Amino acid sequence: MRLEKRHRQSAFALVLAPVGAVAFTMLVSALLVLWAGAPVTRTYGLLLQGGFGSVFALSETLTRAIPLILTGLAATVAFKARLFNIGAEGQLYAGALAAVAVGGLHSGTGFDQVPMPLLFALMMLAAALAGALLLLGPALMKQRLGVDEVVTTLLLNFIVLLLVSMMLDGPMKDPTAMGWPQSVALIGDLELSKLIAQTRVHSGLLWGAGLALGVWALMKYTVLGFDIRAVGANARAAAFAGVPVTRTVALVAMLSGALAGLAGAIEVAGRTGYVTLDMSPGYGYSGIVIAMLAALHPLGVVLASVFVAGVLVGADSMSRAIGVPTYIADVIVAASLISVLVATLLTQYRVRWK
Amino acid sequence: MSDLLDILVNQSFWIAVLRIATPLILGTLGVLLCERAGVLNLGIEGILVAGAFTGWLAVHAGAPLWLGVATAAATGAAFGLLHAGLTVGLALSQHVSGLGVTLLATALSYFGYRVRFPKVDTPPTITPFGEMDWIAIPVLAQQTPLTLFALVMVPVIGYMLYRTPVGLAVRMVGENPQAAEGQGVSVAAVRTGAIVAGSALMGVAGSFLTLSAFNAFFFNMVNGRGWICVALVVFASWRPGKALLGALLFAFFDALQLRLQQSGEAALPYQMYLMLPYVLSIVALVLVARKASYPQALMKPYRKGER
Repeated sequence: MRLEKRHRQSAFALVLAPVGAVAFTMLVSALLVLWAGAPVTRTYGLLLQGGFGSVFALSETLTRAIPLILTGLAATVAFKARLFNIGAEGQLYAGALAAVAVGGLHSGTGFDQVPMPLLFALMMLAAALAGALLLLGPALMKQRLGVDEVVTTLLLNFIVLLLVSMMLDGPMKDPTAMGWPQSVALIGDLELSKLIAQTRVHSGLLWGAGLALGVWALMKYTVLGFDIRAVGANARAAAFAGVPVTRTVALVAMLSGALAGLAGAIEVAGRTGYVTLDMSPGYGYSGIVIAMLAALHPLGVVLASVFVAGVLVGADSMSRAIGVPTYIADVIVAASLISVLVATLLTQYRVRWK
Repeated sequence: MSDLLDILVNQSFWIAVLRIATPLILGTLGVLLCERAGVLNLGIEGILVAGAFTGWLAVHAGAPLWLGVATAAATGAAFGLLHAGLTVGLALSQHVSGLGVTLLATALSYFGYRVRFPKVDTPPTITPFGEMDWIAIPVLAQQTPLTLFALVMVPVIGYMLYRTPVGLAVRMVGENPQAAEGQGVSVAAVRTGAIVAGSALMGVAGSFLTLSAFNAFFFNMVNGRGWICVALVVFASWRPGKALLGALLFAFFDALQLRLQQSGEAALPYQMYLMLPYVLSIVALVLVARKASYPQALMKPYRKGER
């Protein structure tokens, strides 16, 4: 078997690749559904219905998609520059902690005399900064010392989660939570408004969509965007052409970390109101899958996030109805990642059997 | 200070060190084998989960313990084959496909567990490996056979890598695949073999958790051990002997933090102690970074005839 580079890639194939990959994944996952002893069409029907079948289902899916859009963008930006940020999970929690530190911890100390819009801005800034700094370290260690950022960002996820646990036991503990490990709540006025009454969809969706547009424009129309793509394509050639590689990687790290940090703040301000140890069921890791599903296109990230969120939400309600374990959603998401990698390769290469 | 001394002279402390080190030794050797052949295998975290699950499941279904270990090895090898297909056959990004393998292996294991045991509050248990009381060496006598297996694998892998033609081929495809191809070595075959063998070791490492260290399968029981192995390989400069040393050193600190936590005089929140292993891994990476001699072709996909 040999791979031969295609001279031209058809635009049609580029769109077809992720769709075909997902279809293939669904087909393979059907075997697991059968193993679980459930009828395949009914299971998928319930999954689809639970994720997209009603206004309520759609609202839940969109709610779930919000943090995914942000972590997906975080992965997209970093991967474009070949900075493998696998630490979005930790950066999300760091952002959530920072948000509560600014917007919740000081109620009653006079700090809440600060005008609300200013406090809101400070809260978001703190979250973005927390995520940004958390990734800046590994990025600089990569550039200066050659330490692989994948391992450092992965390890930092565990460290941050323990830090969160420590904060929820200590200085940020909610004294009224009757022993539940949760942080003090955000000041009510800082919470994001609901987009649709009677649902949980909040204006974080607009943040997500806006930031996706922003990242897209940044990549396409700015010098920094050009530098990022150049560093990602070939760092040595970029350096030779005068691109400040270390500075670009540092900026990418700040941007990527900030996006993941904002995911945490927006989850707190839009959905939970406080930090818990299980507020993210792996949104950071799913962000990587989403970035790949979207072929690192910022606008594609929004679509991919809605798809993944729909699978997750749909699997929850399907599982309640028919008993197939919810982990089927994780299988579908992981298998989609692998299939889409292969499918994308096939748009670039032709397989020669001989 | 006397506290610390009390801990260190206690035999049970050293027993714990060797026990904690066992899955790390096996996992690190597995990563080492893959990386020596030029392929990063971030599938390890998920392969540990899958090995822990399938090994335990086989024993729970009535298989003898060693058949459980073999099942775990076969599971690891299967996921290794998938990773090899993606990274060697298709030359995809080693980072991303490794993560894909981890996510898939973890999700499949959790799914499988829930299908077999839909509603259990207390995890079902098996009878794990017993101590090797026929060995006269203290500390080793209190370990299970899998620890002995791990310790034996260190010189075996070392001998294989440095003293056999197969080992030479593995190192060649990891340093300079073009040259290896020129010598008539099939890069694809050697890399695939190394990944499959390394992943089988990772599967066994996972099975140690459910067949020796504990007697049941829990969610999140692997808890980052795989990533620590990836860090330990760098720390060990890709040498089996140093990998053993690194795993033991790491286990020493891990056991120490557990004892300090329990010693009652814990001055710090317990989470600080739990952070120690992860912090140490990062510190170790930074310390050796400057003189790390990566296999030259690590993370560089190789497509025959393409530069």
